[in-house]
Amino acid sequence: MFGKLTWDAIPWNQPIPLVAGAVVVLAVFAVVIWVVLKGYLPYLWREWITSVDHKRIGVMYTLLGVIMLLRGFIDAIMMRSQQAIAFRAAGYLPPEHYDQIFSAHGTIMIFFAAMPIVIGLMNFVVPLQLGVRDVAFPTLNSTSFWLTATGALLVNLSLVIGEFARTGWLVYPPLSELPYSPGVGVDYYLWALLISGVGTLMTGINFVTTILKIRAPGMSYLRMTIFCWTALAANLLIVAAFPILTATLGMLALDRYLGFHFFTNDAGGNMMMFINLIWAWGHPEVYILVLPAFGIFSEVISTFSGKPLFNYRSMVAATMFICLVSYMVWLHHFFTMGAGADVNAFFGISTSIIAVGTGVKVYNWLFTMYGGRIRFTTPMLWSLGFLVTFTIGGMTGVLLAVPPADFLLHNSLFLVAHFHNVIIAGVVFAAFAGITYWFPKAFGFKLDEGWGKAAFWLSLLGFYVVFMPLYVAGLLGMTRRLQHYDVAAWRPWVLVAGIGIVIMMAAAACQVIQFVVSVRRRNELRDATGDPWDGRSLEWATTSPPPPFNFAVLPNVQGAEPYWGIKQRAIETQQLSPEPKYEPIEMPRNSPTGFITAFFCTMTGFALIWHIWWMVALGLLAAYAVFVWFAWRDAVEYSIPAEEVARYDRERRRAREQWLAQHGGQPA
Amino acid sequence: MSATDTPFERAGDPYRVGRSRDWVSTGAGRGHVYATGHGEGGPASKRVIVGYGFWIFLLSDIVMFSAFFAAHAVLQTATAGGPSGRELFNLWSIVAQTAFLLVSSFTCGLSAVATEARNQLWTQVALLVTGLFGLGFLVLEGRDFAGMVMQGAGPDRSAFLSSLFAVVGLHGLHVSAGLLWLGTMMAQIFVKGFRADILRRLVCFNLFWHALDIIWVALFTVVYLIGLGR
Repeated sequence: MFGKLTWDAIPWNQPIPLVAGAVVVLAVFAVVIWVVLKGYLPYLWREWITSVDHKRIGVMYTLLGVIMLLRGFIDAIMMRSQQAIAFRAAGYLPPEHYDQIFSAHGTIMIFFAAMPIVIGLMNFVVPLQLGVRDVAFPTLNSTSFWLTATGALLVNLSLVIGEFARTGWLVYPPLSELPYSPGVGVDYYLWALLISGVGTLMTGINFVTTILKIRAPGMSYLRMTIFCWTALAANLLIVAAFPILTATLGMLALDRYLGFHFFTNDAGGNMMMFINLIWAWGHPEVYILVLPAFGIFSEVISTFSGKPLFNYRSMVAATMFICLVSYMVWLHHFFTMGAGADVNAFFGISTSIIAVGTGVKVYNWLFTMYGGRIRFTTPMLWSLGFLVTFTIGGMTGVLLAVPPADFLLHNSLFLVAHFHNVIIAGVVFAAFAGITYWFPKAFGFKLDEGWGKAAFWLSLLGFYVVFMPLYVAGLLGMTRRLQHYDVAAWRPWVLVAGIGIVIMMAAAACQVIQFVVSVRRRNELRDATGDPWDGRSLEWATTSPPPPFNFAVLPNVQGAEPYWGIKQRAIETQQLSPEPKYEPIEMPRNSPTGFITAFFCTMTGFALIWHIWWMVALGLLAAYAVFVWFAWRDAVEYSIPAEEVARYDRERRRAREQWLAQHGGQPA
Repeated sequence: MSATDTPFERAGDPYRVGRSRDWVSTGAGRGHVYATGHGEGGPASKRVIVGYGFWIFLLSDIVMFSAFFAAHAVLQTATAGGPSGRELFNLWSIVAQTAFLLVSSFTCGLSAVATEARNQLWTQVALLVTGLFGLGFLVLEGRDFAGMVMQGAGPDRSAFLSSLFAVVGLHGLHVSAGLLWLGTMMAQIFVKGFRADILRRLVCFNLFWHALDIIWVALFTVVYLIGLGR
């Protein structure tokens, strides 16, 4: 009846996951009960769960990412503390549990923290910067989000029902094959990623179409912001890379479920093919994450330097160059495969060359700041911290790109320190810069600067204290993923890293406090004009938060940095442009399709993991039924009458005129 | 997002081949500057957006197939002492499958012609014939698969057979999904007529069905023709 699922699946004898799981389950229940009792459920259902508004979906993506970031961070704390005490000792985490933690840490951080935050920010910002009302396929967008949430749910479910993979975050065979991983851990991994991967692929399709086909009149390619360019590059990479992930994990699933021999030891299977395929996805994935991060930094640095971005065109060229070359470097993840000197030399050189594109960007950011009037706000601090820290990470990357050096450093903590150096400084700092920068646009009030700056300085310090020692430990020969060790020379470095994680915890606490304090002080932090940072691109042309339709009239773009142009014209002439003619706006209706699809996908995924075949059939049947039901709908859009649009826009213009009267004399 | 905007009317068909040079007027870029969905023309029409998005999906689908093709290319000789393609493939069945699929693509094209003429009856007939040929293809393929499994050459026999069943089976899965879609489309046309959104979906379905043909051509070549020589 329930396949492999029995009461033994719950880890009764392991107090840590049991208690953690119980706390999470209780917290979720408490929230649900609070929502129901307060009567917020209809509101949540109408305005958020079924919403197809790109801004709402963006906020939900980001929220999911931030929660998962905390979840992955707890794993990090456990690993650092385990290694700090497991010198010639067993520590407090048994090996099979420790192995699950480092696997879950990587999986959660990449797929369910970094990706949702990056995709969430793209969702929120890209249509606004392009000057349009929504993405190309709004309901598909909602479905993408809910499928990602399904994946996150399945991974977290493994904490209390069954187990997670013990294979590392990329489930290398043959360890991940059935004989060596007979439990459900790898299956949780496979189905969580296969389902959320479909969601990500649909996001990629959606955004490529949006950026290439839906832009405001006059918004030619070379007038788009760098964030839109990097979003385009990242989504092109998603479209070209995520199908490879789906195929690869599909093959592993066939091996495990139906006795295929793609990657097995026997019958001609080829496990190095898995490593090649997974990194043919995995390296572009690095750039899927970091290119939008570069875009965020470009926006932030230009805004807070009060200057247009230095050498915009070379920035575009560098972005597309990285987009292309990111497909030609995957083998540097396994120089030790033994592909031979020629192959390794090719990939070593291509890896070094990709740093050129990044170097161009770093110089452009520096020259953007040169001669500018820099405002050291929280987003700007994150950007400066990124510039310094990321450059160090890039340089250790170039060291690792040299195959002979890589033979020594492969799978050592030097590697671990390197990729954390680029991902934390690149993606995580960008996430916080972006969240702080666009938060007022999303919610109408700024985040508290004091706590934000405290979070930044503690994060920066904590990062260096954790990872610089790990570089040294790696050079001393310490390999990654050690549950315990007995080399005395590594001990002090591991201890320092353990202290660093405490600093990082303080930084995380500051972030949480920052949100709480900001919400409480929201009236003082209110953004009345919609342009709190003296911005340059179109998202600042509308109110904070923007109306569902974003712009009362689609902006007519007449140059790069369109909003800066509008603003300067208004300051020069001391008046806004004449009131446009308002027309009714057609907007897509909300739809529960995404949520229902995800519900049945969760059901199907769970059933597949536990071999509950009748439930698999039921889930697939239901998914098809939802598809037909959605296709059958007749009313797709609703109309916002012209009077309402006019009422909204006149109010916005009043606020702008007020601002102009106060600040008109000098350019803000 | 109307189909005609003012610059469009002012200057004729901006999509016409060879017209791009006439459009360099403002120095703000080349090509179809004033056509919607291009350059400075503003958002494209829904018809263009849907078609374009579906093309991107098809490209991603082809990337997924290419991963399975690559795996098959690597594992084609990994027979692990089991049967090879030369011993297993029934060329006449494969020729019949190819013919079925190509004919179904042709009738799919005919359905598009009938749709263009807004002819409900012939659209339905052409789609039905398309579906029947698709079904015939699946039956033949299923018979081949069953036969191989019977003689102990199932996907668990060797890595070669694993990759064979996977890549051919994935195509078969696509055809099956296409048949479900086709049936749904026929019901929709019957109930709702040639509404704008139904027409857009029909365009997507046509693209999908022809793309499956293209993939089959690659399958026929890489898996069967090359496989027969091994």
